[in-house]
Amino acid sequence: MNTETILSFEEAMEKYEPVLGFEVHVELNTKTKMFSSAPNVFGDEPNTNVNEVCLGLPGVLPVVNKKAVESSILIGLALNCKIAPHSTFARKQYFYPDTPKNFQTSQYDDPICYDGWIDIELEDGTVFHVEIERAHMEEDAGKLTHMGGSTGRIQGADFSLVDYNRSGVPLVEIVTKTIEGAGSRAPELAKAYVAAIREIVKNLGVSEAKMEHGNVRCDANVSLRPHGQEKLGTRTETKNVNSLRAVENAVKFEIQRHAAVLDSGVAITQETRHWHEDTKSTTSGRPKSDADDYRYFPEPDLVPIVTSAAWVEELRATLPEPPAERRKRLQADWGYSDLEFRDVVNAGLMDEIEETIAAGATAAAARKWWMGEIARRAKLADVDPAALGVTPAVVVEIEKLIASGAINDKLARKVLDGVLEGEGTPTEVVAKRGLAVVSDDGALQTAIDEALAAQPDVAEKIRGGKVQAVGAIVGGVMKVTRGQADAGRVRELILKTLGVEG
Amino acid sequence: MSASELIRSSAAVMAAKLAAGEITSVELVQAHLDRIAEIDGGERGIHAFLHVNGEEALAVAADVDARRAAGEELHELAGVPIAIKDLIVTKGQPTTAASKILEGWMSPYDATVIKKIRAARMPMLGKTNLDEFAMGSSTEHSAYGLTRNPWDLDRIPGGSGGGSAAAVASFEAPLALGTDTGGSIRQPGSVTGTVGVKPTYGAVSRYGAIAMASSLDQIGPVSRTVLDSALLQEVIGGYDPQDSTSLTDPSTGLADAARVGNVAGMKIGVIKELHGEGFQAGVENRFNESLELLREAGAEIVEVSCPNFGYALGAYYLIMPSEASSNLAKFDGVRFGARTLPTEGPLTIERVMGATRAAGFGAEVKRRIILGTYALSAGYYDAYYGSAQRVRTLVQRDFEAAFEQVDVLISPTTPTTAFKLGEKLDDPLSMYLQDVATIPANLAGIPGLTLPGGLADEDGLPVGIQLLAPAREDARVYRVGAVLESLLEAKWGGPMLNQAPELATTAVAAEEAN
Repeated sequence: MNTETILSFEEAMEKYEPVLGFEVHVELNTKTKMFSSAPNVFGDEPNTNVNEVCLGLPGVLPVVNKKAVESSILIGLALNCKIAPHSTFARKQYFYPDTPKNFQTSQYDDPICYDGWIDIELEDGTVFHVEIERAHMEEDAGKLTHMGGSTGRIQGADFSLVDYNRSGVPLVEIVTKTIEGAGSRAPELAKAYVAAIREIVKNLGVSEAKMEHGNVRCDANVSLRPHGQEKLGTRTETKNVNSLRAVENAVKFEIQRHAAVLDSGVAITQETRHWHEDTKSTTSGRPKSDADDYRYFPEPDLVPIVTSAAWVEELRATLPEPPAERRKRLQADWGYSDLEFRDVVNAGLMDEIEETIAAGATAAAARKWWMGEIARRAKLADVDPAALGVTPAVVVEIEKLIASGAINDKLARKVLDGVLEGEGTPTEVVAKRGLAVVSDDGALQTAIDEALAAQPDVAEKIRGGKVQAVGAIVGGVMKVTRGQADAGRVRELILKTLGVEG
Repeated sequence: MSASELIRSSAAVMAAKLAAGEITSVELVQAHLDRIAEIDGGERGIHAFLHVNGEEALAVAADVDARRAAGEELHELAGVPIAIKDLIVTKGQPTTAASKILEGWMSPYDATVIKKIRAARMPMLGKTNLDEFAMGSSTEHSAYGLTRNPWDLDRIPGGSGGGSAAAVASFEAPLALGTDTGGSIRQPGSVTGTVGVKPTYGAVSRYGAIAMASSLDQIGPVSRTVLDSALLQEVIGGYDPQDSTSLTDPSTGLADAARVGNVAGMKIGVIKELHGEGFQAGVENRFNESLELLREAGAEIVEVSCPNFGYALGAYYLIMPSEASSNLAKFDGVRFGARTLPTEGPLTIERVMGATRAAGFGAEVKRRIILGTYALSAGYYDAYYGSAQRVRTLVQRDFEAAFEQVDVLISPTTPTTAFKLGEKLDDPLSMYLQDVATIPANLAGIPGLTLPGGLADEDGLPVGIQLLAPAREDARVYRVGAVLESLLEAKWGGPMLNQAPELATTAVAAEEAN
């Protein structure tokens, strides 16, 4: 239940200027954890992907995962960061049962990546330059599930369950500098920024990048100040924003809430806020001040990470094409309109279409299948189109069968049914289900004769020159042949039978 | 050779007899188990052991004997038994750190050094007593009762590794593992008339040693001869990918160094700040005797100054508790070990953690956690932890400068001989001063060895001589230590432990007590 008073967004914008800041946590997809050899796998049975190190048993020591360091450097390079030749870990100390050692090993004074930037393009083409303060390495905490109580939070819960599978999963935390000047575009920019980070880490192959799995998590900082004021307002940090839409909505809500609080003459409390997807609002978390004492000190169990220039350059050479540039290139190559291309991007089907075209389909055919039939079925099945089970090769093969006249569009959908039901390749499905177009003129002629006999008035109209009436007869033939006839050939034969010129 | 003669041999001699087929490992292990049964229990027993691992030790011994009989090539120390400080985790035996908070805790994994002990097929006799979480210099801070010094049952065996030192001094084990954060191997060695070595930081993996202060802790050997320590360090040392701070190029040839047999032409530096004022007269006398013997053997003795050592103890008592406060945070009753519920009020996680730590930790552990938590607090960090780290750098520079002039440094290991049980329990500062000569080596990460230097005139109790060498030059302390040991033993007509009193059997008393 939200009892906060909020101002309309428009009114808030009239009175105040929003300032944003983001901390995005990216879970890396390394095989093992940040400091232990336990597997880093999402979704397994709780407390199975653990060993003595990530459980923090007595006597254990951490060892840095080299692959995680490389992934962190790649993220830094993709965000135009400088890479520190020498960086260290520290212990952030607090007692909480999701943190087995009661401290989190994280980078503090000297992050591995710092001073970067990224240009964020909004839908209408407006570009915002966002500066990155740092991207540092740390370990994830275990996952707590609070049972009983109404809120799912620790307050009021009867007991809590902890899953240490997530404990020690490598994280990179990307921290922006304060983002000013976004104005009324702030919520949109928030969404676009997180989308860009997600896209970058996915494109780098360093994270599964699924927000719904918590692979990419955003803490959104919002403060307001009256227009023209230099001094920053008091900020709040909204956590638990687990989708792009939630990021946009949470920032918008906090702007509206701040504005109402400030308007009432009350100061904003510096605190964490929790986003609630159901009520589309935030509630107060714990108070947070810059004086929170985590008693940071250098992690004595780990030696500093030294990155040679040669190593960094080696990694830089492996960087893939940046997503924004890739999008521009693909749209031009494929000849899609802005609208068509945006739909493809929003559907998350760029990779699939690219692969389908690479496998031999035309750009138009690839879009037709992925954005049409496959997307439709995916929606019905409530899965990602890419996860439906249709591969680019299937699309290409179906297209070839259509082009050769072996099947028509209607049959192609039945072929797809067969493929999805595991009956084999499209060609195999055509054979097994007997879906080939009826091309035996003798069989077609019989069907045509029957159809003409059944609708003598229509036959008469056609003979009289109303060639467009032929559709009714074609329909009858298709019905009799259960759609397995080539409609073009049927039309031809009907006209020939009636002695009419097409 | 009788069982009582056998257990008084050095580990190297035991190994030779095993190799020659003169004795079996089962006989050797049984002789030690009998000795433990005879003198360790009871009101006036040594109480070096918190857990005796007889069954497994005998099984390993029998396996070694069978393999040897089958002609298998075995490690030099195969079949020679060893005792393990109960700060090092072991599968199959409880690991308690002498704390109530870990009472009965069974580790699901072996420390790296334990894996190496197992690979060498050395039977483990059991787990030895210590000050709780290795915090102390007397073993009186154990939650499971004190350990007595075999030289005088009313005196402390040193600490934290009093159990390992007393076990070796009283012939309950020829070898033991210790850990040394500020002197916990060397100070007990000094007051029990045994040998102990803190290797170069990183020479031995710390994986599986329950951490007190990560940047200072080091596992090392405890024995009755210098050569035995060298042999044991060769078993447990070496790079470990599970310990990031372990050295990829540790010192080798330690046993060879212990067999070199001369110090002619070596330069040995006497640290001006680590003798004289504050050191017991009998300690000073024995120290000067050792210097004279080394000089006669052809070493050049010079005096060097390490002016910043005066700040070392203060810096140590900021760095050590800071790291300890963090390392001990995991003991909260949530995932392992003892859990204590608050007797009244709501059962929140914070209150369960608090009640568990209040009930599970002893006074000295709490003192250090509080000190460390304070030293790391915002606003105090720079003044305390930061300053201490700067002192640490200065101590390292003192050593660097000293080692430009000399090959090894020498000092008494402790300022006094063993003090009486209970004498310093209410005076932590006086207790901390026991480690004044051993702490600098931990701050600098360099190797240090203690060996028996004779008995003090005033009380007839053991005096320890400490040798220090530059990082990775562990071989030097073994070389000089072995030479000094042979010179002293020639003078005494045998090992110093021959002069220790015979220990009365306490086995009957133990049974009566039960």
